[in-house]
Amino acid sequence: MNFIEARKLVHEYIRRDEDDNVESILTALDGVDLDVKEGEFVAILGHNGSGKSTLAKHLNVLLKASSGTLWVNGKDTKDESSLWDIRQSAGMVFQNPDNQIIASVVEEDVAFGPENIGVPTSEIWKRVERSLKSVGMIQYREHSPNRLSGGQKQRVAIAGVMAMEPKCIVLDEPTAMLDPNGRREVLDAVGQLNKEKGVTIILITHYMEEVIRADRVYVMDNGKVVMHGTPRAIFSQVDALKSYRLDVPQITLLAYELRKAGVPVPEGILTRQELVEALCRLF
Amino acid sequence: MSIILDKVNYVYSEKTAYEIQALKNINLKIDDGEFIGVIGHTGSGKSTLIQHLNGLIKASSGGIYYNGQDIYDSDYKLKELRGKVGLVFQYPEHQLFEATVFADVCFGPRNRGFSRKDSELKAFAALRSVGLSEDFWYRSPFELSGGQKRRAAIAGVLAMEPEALVLDEPTAGLDPKGRDEILDLVAKLHRERQMTVILVSHSMEDVAKYVQRLIVMNRGSILYDGTPGEVFAHYRELEEVGLAAPQVTYLMHELRKRGIPAAGTATTLDEAKQSILQAFSAKHGSVQR
Amino acid sequence: MLRDITIGQYYPADSVIHKLDPRTKLMATMVYILSLFLFRSLAGFAAVTLGLFLVILLSKVPFGYMVKGLKAIVVILLITVIFNLFLTPGEPLISFWKLRITEEGLKNAGFMAVRLIYLILGSSILTLTTTPNQLTDGLEKSLRPLNKIHVPVHEIAMMMSIALRFIPILIEETDKIMKAQLARGADFESGNLVKKAKAMVPLLVPLFISAFRRANDLALAMEARCYHGGDGRTKMKPLKYKGIDGIAYLLVGGYFAAVILLRRFL
Repeated sequence: MNFIEARKLVHEYIRRDEDDNVESILTALDGVDLDVKEGEFVAILGHNGSGKSTLAKHLNVLLKASSGTLWVNGKDTKDESSLWDIRQSAGMVFQNPDNQIIASVVEEDVAFGPENIGVPTSEIWKRVERSLKSVGMIQYREHSPNRLSGGQKQRVAIAGVMAMEPKCIVLDEPTAMLDPNGRREVLDAVGQLNKEKGVTIILITHYMEEVIRADRVYVMDNGKVVMHGTPRAIFSQVDALKSYRLDVPQITLLAYELRKAGVPVPEGILTRQELVEALCRLF
Repeated sequence: MSIILDKVNYVYSEKTAYEIQALKNINLKIDDGEFIGVIGHTGSGKSTLIQHLNGLIKASSGGIYYNGQDIYDSDYKLKELRGKVGLVFQYPEHQLFEATVFADVCFGPRNRGFSRKDSELKAFAALRSVGLSEDFWYRSPFELSGGQKRRAAIAGVLAMEPEALVLDEPTAGLDPKGRDEILDLVAKLHRERQMTVILVSHSMEDVAKYVQRLIVMNRGSILYDGTPGEVFAHYRELEEVGLAAPQVTYLMHELRKRGIPAAGTATTLDEAKQSILQAFSAKHGSVQR
Repeated sequence: MLRDITIGQYYPADSVIHKLDPRTKLMATMVYILSLFLFRSLAGFAAVTLGLFLVILLSKVPFGYMVKGLKAIVVILLITVIFNLFLTPGEPLISFWKLRITEEGLKNAGFMAVRLIYLILGSSILTLTTTPNQLTDGLEKSLRPLNKIHVPVHEIAMMMSIALRFIPILIEETDKIMKAQLARGADFESGNLVKKAKAMVPLLVPLFISAFRRANDLALAMEARCYHGGDGRTKMKPLKYKGIDGIAYLLVGGYFAAVILLRRFL
């Protein structure tokens, strides 16, 4: 069985007036199927309001589906008794780094998760050290989070999740509030966790450059999965992406425009190097 | 009309343990109708710089002259300057507070002392110019989407009828389409009203596409000041300070290194496309359309 | 800048007092405050003074730094002294117009002033040598018995430590909102009180909305990290009494006994 399996997942936000009459129904997820294998790096793309954050919150059982099924780590999310198991095996990192750091000292924040699940003190110390090292923040262990940069804070948040020793980390637009340097720091840390520790990564984003290193990409629009495939396959469909309020990295777009103008470069170019090579062959 | 900064220095938390010199000897002249991009990473001083332009931060030393008048003169009315140099901050959530979008947009002109009726007329014009659909005017600003909030915030500043518009990272957190829409809106305001526009951004690709003049800030100083082409020619030096040129600039350099006669530098996708197409048709005959 | 305000005023130093368990310090502070209201003779006063200055010396916090804290109570101090001076009945020493100063009044005023000053100095040693986190931990553990009468001690302590973390963030945010509204011509300074209060609306509305949003986000983030109240929680830094805490308890006990004896016999 896959680590995550969603079948026809539906989530409706129902707004009621004072008399409890239904005022409006917003279908944020509309029959989503999702499969993620252990150790995979999967990106979920979509514009703001496409339903991608709602989906993320289901993976951690912060939201419950209106209908459909979702298994995480072999456990049905409908089963109340596996709630804490699921939250421990699929950790979650949110958009705003300030709003997820609880303690006033970096190492104490990283310890928050293990403390909640009753890990013994000596083991907490080991885990805190390991997780801070894994995101390259060990030298800041005694600092206050308030004086860290956005990228550093977000790495502390990732360490906080890692300290619970999850199999999977779901990152809900972790870079949306960061500058380019912070963005790179966070993505490098995430990529390393995936490669070196085999942590399953689910990255939710609307930045196209960030999904190039993913194994597979899901594109969401209007609560539905509208595209699914490798980054290369997804990025070769420039017009479709644009219709979903997304775009492609500048190099991919240039290659696409050149192709349209009659220069026979291959489809789905992702990196600068690929385009240079392709053009060199033509000259 | 112009804004002149003369040897401006600014020190945060002077004489404490956290003392930081945020601006070092800034000399700058901004002419009427320019479209300027300011780039630099967090802590480079770019936000501090733009807050000097409307007197929100007072320089530790040096002078700032708006249309020739010293804004630090004791009888200079800073409040009026803030109406003339409209500053839109990064997060619209920090300024939207009224029950409706329309009432919120009236806040600026009311503060400038316009009558209720005049303020409303200005709010109408501002909301129309930012392209926010009338359906949203009488809704709570907190019901709007990210991009719509951004528009409402820009309208809130435009309603004061400023002569210059300064935007601090107006696209942060928006999706690609939302980003393009806001930048297109800013470009339109510049084009149609000949307004001076100063755009602070992290994205090299964005500024290269829109602005005429680019100022690169690093550690409180101006590192480069020129056209995007001139500035991005220094792509190696930019990398040394942790910045980068647009991807296409690198591409063109690499192509030239590999002996492909695609001429010159490019800072935008269109420039790159044109020069590659030219080189390609020179070699293979004109390309079929 | 607003962000330089430090809450709790913790003064980092490597001293015996810093190393004590926060529970020990809490208890010692209580005993000390009690002793302030027990002494009534000069000998008692001397004992309290000795105790206080010994601890100040041990704490390695500069005395000048501590005295700064007294500025805040100057007004209260003056009012107390004046009331005690003029309103205590007894043998008048000096009298003019309708006011008279009595010997008892002079004595009361002097002792009250000393008590207030010592109260501030003594309790500031607690906050100067204990980090806010240690303090909440100490309170949580000291107050644990209250759990039996359904006081949510853990929750209160958690709220306190979260508040400590978010105060600097909200201060910084206030700064940003203020600037955003100033840029739209808002005026927070001129006008009468009513006008000034009205001018705060554009500041407070975004601030509250943001605070609620943060609270909501934080609750989700805590839940995602398996937070489910204090039951079954372990601690990275559990409070543990050490040798010096035992000695401190003995010394505090001795001090308290001395103050009581002095009250009875001198």
